[in-house]
Amino acid sequence: MWWDAFDILLQANFWAATIRIATPLIFGVLGALICERAGVLNLGIEGIFVAGAMAGWLAVYLGLSLWGGVVVAALVGAAFGLIHGTLTVPLGLSQHVTGIGVTLLATSAAYFGYRVAFPNVATPPRIEPFPTLDVPLLRDLPFIGPIAGQQTAFTVLAFLCVAVVAFVLARTPLGLSLRAVGDNPEAVEAQGLSVVGLRIGAVMAGSALMALGGAFLTLSAFNAFYFGMINGRGWVCIALTVFASWRPGKALLGALLFGALDAYQLRIQTIAGGMVPSQIFLMLPYLFSIAALVLVARRADYPRALMKPYFKGQR
Amino acid sequence: MHPDPRPLVLSLAGITKRFGPLVANDAIDLDVRAGEIVALLGENGAGKTTLMSILFGHYVADEGEVFVAGADGRLAPLPGGSAEAALQAGIGMVHQHFALAENLTGLENILLGTMPLWKLSLGRRAARARIEALMVESGLQADIDTPVGRLSVGEQQRIEILKALYRNVRVLILDEPTAVLTPQEADGLFATVRRLAEKGLAVIFISHKLHEVLALCERVVVLRGGAKVADRPTAGADRAMLAELMIGRAIPARERVPGAPGAAVLRLAGVYVGRPGERDRLEHAGLEVRSGEIVGIAGVSGNGQGALAALVAGLAAARAGRVEIAGEAVTGADPLARLRAGVGRIPEDRHRDGTIGGLTIAENYVLETIGAPENQRGGLVRRAEIRARASAAIKAYDVRCPGPDAAIRSLSGGNMQKVVLARVLERAPKLVLAHQPTRGLDIGATTDVHRRLLAARARGAGVLLISEDLDELFALSDRIAVIHAGHLSAAMPTDGLDVRTVGLMMAGHGLEDAA
Repeated sequence: MWWDAFDILLQANFWAATIRIATPLIFGVLGALICERAGVLNLGIEGIFVAGAMAGWLAVYLGLSLWGGVVVAALVGAAFGLIHGTLTVPLGLSQHVTGIGVTLLATSAAYFGYRVAFPNVATPPRIEPFPTLDVPLLRDLPFIGPIAGQQTAFTVLAFLCVAVVAFVLARTPLGLSLRAVGDNPEAVEAQGLSVVGLRIGAVMAGSALMALGGAFLTLSAFNAFYFGMINGRGWVCIALTVFASWRPGKALLGALLFGALDAYQLRIQTIAGGMVPSQIFLMLPYLFSIAALVLVARRADYPRALMKPYFKGQR
Repeated sequence: MHPDPRPLVLSLAGITKRFGPLVANDAIDLDVRAGEIVALLGENGAGKTTLMSILFGHYVADEGEVFVAGADGRLAPLPGGSAEAALQAGIGMVHQHFALAENLTGLENILLGTMPLWKLSLGRRAARARIEALMVESGLQADIDTPVGRLSVGEQQRIEILKALYRNVRVLILDEPTAVLTPQEADGLFATVRRLAEKGLAVIFISHKLHEVLALCERVVVLRGGAKVADRPTAGADRAMLAELMIGRAIPARERVPGAPGAAVLRLAGVYVGRPGERDRLEHAGLEVRSGEIVGIAGVSGNGQGALAALVAGLAAARAGRVEIAGEAVTGADPLARLRAGVGRIPEDRHRDGTIGGLTIAENYVLETIGAPENQRGGLVRRAEIRARASAAIKAYDVRCPGPDAAIRSLSGGNMQKVVLARVLERAPKLVLAHQPTRGLDIGATTDVHRRLLAARARGAGVLLISEDLDELFALSDRIAVIHAGHLSAAMPTDGLDVRTVGLMMAGHGLEDAA
């Protein structure tokens, strides 16, 4: 039995599932990280996931291409980001309360939209999701080939986003200003830049990425929209952001680690399920999140201006 | 007087700014010429900060206009309400609280905002070359590759100045730049400023330290109560004269009177507080404060003063070593036990640690003794009693306020500090812990605090005075110890002690060995 537990790690299937589970989290953590680097906590993430999942899927169902659906999801996410940003940045409302409000609003709006579009449907209508990749040469590699062969272009987009966000943050004037505005908005203001503009822009961009995390579920991992399908993934991203110390590379690592634990617990259930209640295994990834937070968050280097509203002319 | 041949670079004309009934700036004119170092002198609340905030677009003036010389040397009006316009016009400011993002390196801070946002590269290499050239030219050396949060305050300030120079400023405003520096660091800064001025930079030096104004500046503009009361060359001016202009009345020079020390009320031996990695810690500290004397602790803030104050107040426990208060050994962190042992605490930040803003003056007055029988009976607060005694304290300490039921946050800093003083001193403590007791107070309130501390000493209390203001320490203390990076020097008698020596020790010279 111990061998079986270890053998899981050698199966290409396990690694493919890890990446699949991690993909929406990668989007979510990147989104949360951008918002928080700019100084705004976005607890709207859970609802924005739902809205992104619903909007992307509906757009494709109504006839748009799959990539069209991706764009629609991003725009819907950005719109909710604009709401959160407007309330928390120029108006300076509590970021916690506003974020929870945005989550409730976005979730309800998505469910309502779904019911309006499909008043009398028992089983959710299906779409044709993103096909798996079939790259010559790559598919012939041992081990790697079968793993890559189970992924879709949407996952590739997630990995691209990690690289782009990392580059923008580290190497461009925009990223520099973003990092500065989450640490000391006065410094940004004193250099003639707009604190409000930077922060709202960051919240919109971050929210768009969060919505992509939701859209991945309906456009790639599954092929339909269900109530309750997000199931706390957004909240996990908030925790993973701290775990990642607000760094894109570590965000990728954290998402993959969480994905691996989730994939592993699914498989270990079939081996040890007879002896241990399955709920114990279901808890594992979340126990990991809590443990990681306890270990990492104590010495975490939070952006100094996180959750502190900035008003011009007040020092 | 013959006309100054140097061209005007900045001209403020009739600037007036009102906040409700308060006139913060009253028709102020100010001209600055290239290569000139002008002091802007005034007490807290005199209108210096407001004037500079108008220049930088944080506020818009109600009346008056700002003119700045353009590239062709001609004066043109500067649009109000825009920091960017001021930067474009070549005006740079080093704020008292640095405008630096601590998670960015010096290089990144200098580059912040100097280029369009939508570019794919920061151009680090070219920027580095330019900054290094500026460092050589100006003599400002700084590490530009470490996140600035990890640099010393002096180094952060140099990066702030480099940031301004990188933007080709023609007018540099320094707001209380020496408040955070040791005397030697201040000298270094002055040398740099003179050097920059020789190259044609106009410098506005905001300060309330008279000797610095006289040493560095060629002209001084004095503000009082929002109005300009003097604009004259520093040549021929002296400290007494400037002080009188600044305050509006002559202040009598004080002679230090020695105390009459008795038994020790505080004794530290081999005390450690905090972890070795922390900056605000104590390492093998030894100190004795006797009744009837004032012992001053000099040092740049953040070098262990916080740890020392927390230890004495019972907010932190010593990791090792022996602490005695009023002859009794104390262990552990227990603020209430310290209060009972006779420690009176005047905290560094009266808004955060000294008072509770939403409570009334009377409630704040009894905050530390609310459990005592005179303040409660059977668990019920004796309101009438407390109000009566608070009213008496308000009268005795001359607190300007509507009455004992006013919320303490409505008071000015000076009056708030009087309430704290009344609370502490009316209990006749054996040991007074005064941590930066005059920070942010005007000269009148400062004088009052000093008088009270001297009175406490005369009554037989021992006073531990932690301050960053060397003038204050030398004026009040019987002995002075210096703290740097957690190391505390032996307390030296103030008579015969030299400011330069203290300054060197504040920078860490000869301290680690001594400890």
